[in-house]
Amino acid sequence: MATRCQFENSNDVGVFAKLTNAYCLAALGGSENFYSVFEAELSEHIPVVKTSIAGTRLVGRVCVGNKNGLLLPNTTSDQELGHIRNSLPDEVVVQRIDERLSALGNCIACNDYVSLIHPDIDRETEEFVADVLGVEVFKMSIASNVLVGSYCAFTNQGGLVHPHTSVEDLDELSSLLQVPIVAGTVNRGSDVIGAGLVANDWSAFCGLDTTATELSVIESVLKLRDSQPSNIVKEMRASLIDSMV
Amino acid sequence: MQATFMPNRTQGHVLCCLCGLAITPNPTNMCVNCIRSQVDITEGLAKQISVLWCKECGRYLQPPRHWLRADPESKELLTFLLKKIKGLGKVKLIDAGFIWTEPHSRRLKVKGAVQAEVLNGAILQQNFVTEFVVEPHMCPDCTRANVDPNVWSACVQVRQHVEHKRTFFYLEQLILKHNADANCLSVKEKHEGVDFFFSNKAHAIKFIDFLQSVVPIKFRHDKQLVSHNEQNSTYNYKYTFSTEIVPICKDDLICIPQKMAGNTGNIGPLVLVTRVTNAITLTDPVTLRTAHVDAAAYWRLPFRPILSSRQLSEYVVLDVEDSGIATNKFVEADVQVARAADFGSNDRVLNTRSHLGALLHAGDTALGYDLYSANLNDSEVEKAVQRGLTLPDVILVRRSYEKQRRHKNRGANRAWKLKRMAVDENEEPQAATAASKKRGGPKGTDDLERFMQELEEDPEMRAKVALYRDPGHDAPAAPADESAMSEDFDEEDFPQVPLEELVDQLNHLDIDHDEALDEEQRHEENGDHAMVDKI
Repeated sequence: MATRCQFENSNDVGVFAKLTNAYCLAALGGSENFYSVFEAELSEHIPVVKTSIAGTRLVGRVCVGNKNGLLLPNTTSDQELGHIRNSLPDEVVVQRIDERLSALGNCIACNDYVSLIHPDIDRETEEFVADVLGVEVFKMSIASNVLVGSYCAFTNQGGLVHPHTSVEDLDELSSLLQVPIVAGTVNRGSDVIGAGLVANDWSAFCGLDTTATELSVIESVLKLRDSQPSNIVKEMRASLIDSMV
Repeated sequence: MQATFMPNRTQGHVLCCLCGLAITPNPTNMCVNCIRSQVDITEGLAKQISVLWCKECGRYLQPPRHWLRADPESKELLTFLLKKIKGLGKVKLIDAGFIWTEPHSRRLKVKGAVQAEVLNGAILQQNFVTEFVVEPHMCPDCTRANVDPNVWSACVQVRQHVEHKRTFFYLEQLILKHNADANCLSVKEKHEGVDFFFSNKAHAIKFIDFLQSVVPIKFRHDKQLVSHNEQNSTYNYKYTFSTEIVPICKDDLICIPQKMAGNTGNIGPLVLVTRVTNAITLTDPVTLRTAHVDAAAYWRLPFRPILSSRQLSEYVVLDVEDSGIATNKFVEADVQVARAADFGSNDRVLNTRSHLGALLHAGDTALGYDLYSANLNDSEVEKAVQRGLTLPDVILVRRSYEKQRRHKNRGANRAWKLKRMAVDENEEPQAATAASKKRGGPKGTDDLERFMQELEEDPEMRAKVALYRDPGHDAPAAPADESAMSEDFDEEDFPQVPLEELVDQLNHLDIDHDEALDEEQRHEENGDHAMVDKI
C-alpha cells in the first residue's frame, strides 16, 4: 500500500527519507510524526533509522542505497557514519564516497539490480556504485534531465518517471531496468517524482497532496496492491519449486 | 556537413492528476477542466462596479474630478469602464466588448477575456462579465446651473462708497483670475456695491479672506435665525457679512489728518493715492515720499478724499524743469502748465512742483486737480491751512493720453478683452437708473473704459489680472492707423499692452473649457484603446 505523509508541512517526503528493501532512513524532524508513519508501516520488517547526514535533514537527497549497500557523501560526519553502520543490518555495506556531485540521491537512482546515474559522475564513483550496491550501472538522462534521481523512482517491481518522458525513452528504460515504467506525477501534478515518492517492493510513501488518481497509478505500477513482504517469499518459493521440479 | 542524429520522440500521455483523464503532459499536469475548477483568474476582478453619471449632461465621473462625455457602447465608454475594473492590472486583457443592456435598466455589461499564469507557469485564458451600475449623480457644473439662488445661507455684501465702479471692475478681474467665485451661488449688483451669495458659511468666510488679501476692507458679520429645533437644539441661520472697501481710490487727493501724518513720518498733508492693494500707497507729490496705510490703520483713523478722479481737469504742459531728485518711480520737477480750458481765453500760466518729471514733456497734456478754483469743503484742509499750509494752484496727478486715444480711437480697437462675471442686475430699478446716470451710462461703461485705460497704463496692475487675446481684433488694420499717428505722436509714448502678456483663447473658458478637456482626454483614450487593441 502507498501511504500519504508530510514532513513538517512539506510534501517532498523523498527529500527527507530513504527507503530500500532492507532498511529505511528518516530525517530528524521537530516532531515524531513523520518518523512514526514509517515506523508504523515498516518496523515489523526492516529497521527505520532516524539520522541526519552531513548535519542536514535532506537524508533522501544526499545518499543512495539498496538492500546491498548504502553510499554516503563525503560530507557525512564520522559520528553519523558510525550511527548508521550500527543501526543497519550487518550485510548492508555502508560506504562514504568522495564525489563532487555530493547530492547522490539526485544523481543516482537504483533498485536492487540496476542503477541509473548522472552522466558526469566520476568513474571511481561509478565503480563504487557497481561494487557496493551490486548493480549494473547505466549513464542516463530522463526527459532531458540529467538528475535521474530527482525525476524517477523505481523498485524491483516497477517505476515512475517524469511526465515528459517520451514513449521511446520509456521503452528504453523498461528494457534496461527490466521492470514496467510509466510516466506520471505525484503531489497534485508535480513532476519531481524522486522528491515526492519513496518506495520499496512492498510499500511506498508519497506527499500528502498526492491525489487518488496519482496514488492508483503509483500502486498499480509498483504492484503494491495486496503486496506483503511475505508475498516475495511465496513467489520465490514457487519459482524455486518450479525450478526444482 | 554531417547530420546529427535526432532520436524520435513521441510525446506520451499522463493521467490528469485530478480526474485521471489521459492528457499530454503540461506544466500543471491537469486537464483544462480541472485547472478551471481549481483556479479562477477572474477572481480578483470586480463583478459589479458602480459609476457616477450626470443625468443632466450625460457625462460620467472619472475620479477625482473629471467628467467624461461618452456615447453608449462607444470606445471611450469601454476604455473608461475597463479602467474602473480593479485587478485588471494583474492579468492580461485579451478582448473586451459590451453586452447589450436595456438603457432604462441603468446597467452596463462588459464582457472580456483575460489571460494569466497559473500554478507552475501554465497560461490560462478565461472570460468574465462585469456589471456596471449607473448611478445618477449631478456634476458640479450642472449643480451650479440648476441651483436655486434663493436658497443661500451666507451673503457677502461688498460696498464702496465712491462715485465710480472702477474698484469693482478690478475686483471682478481678481476674482476671475483666482477663481474665488467657484462656490458662489449668485452675484447681485446693488447700489454702491455687489452682493455675493453662498450656500455655506465657510465659503463666505473663504471669500472674505480672499477679499482681505486683495483690497483694504473691514467687515462685520450678523446672523438671522431662520428656524431651530428644540429637540436636538440645532439652529439654522442665515449669515450676512457686511464688507466695506475703503472709499479711497487711485488718483484721489487726500489731506491726511495730522495724527496719521505723524504715524507715517510726517508726509503731506496733501498726498495723492498712487496705488491701492490690500494697503493704500500715499505719495507726496512735492517731496516724493511715500507711505503705506493698511486697512487696520485706515479704519483707526479714517479719512476721505478731498478731490477724486472725477474732478480732474486737463492741463497743457508748457515747460518741465527737472530738479534731479528722483525715487524709484518718480522724478521731481518744476512744471509750468496752463489749463486746457483757458486756452484762447486768457494767458494764465501756473507753476507747480510735481512728481511726474519723468513722464511729462513740454506739449504733453496732464490731468490734475485745480485747487485754485476748487471749492474745498474739508475740515482737515482747514486745519492744515490754519497750521500754515499754502495750497498750490494745481496738483498734477497723471499724464493724459486722451488726445492720442481720440486720434487713434483706441477704445474701439483693442487687441485684448477682459472676461466678465455673470452679475444679476439690480432689483431696484429706480436706484439702478439713478446710479447709472451718475456713472455716466448703463453698466458704467465710462468707468469700464477708464479701468481698461488704467490697465494699459499700469503694467504692475496688469500683472495682477488676466487679459485675453481678442480673436475679433483685426491685426492688419493697426499698421495703417499707426502710420497715420506717427506723424503727430511718438509711438513709444503710447501705453499699450504687449501681445505676449495676453492669454490665448477666451472662448476656451467656462463650459467650452471642459469640452476642450474632454477632447484631450478622448485623444488620450483613443491612444489607450489602440494599445488595448494591439494587446
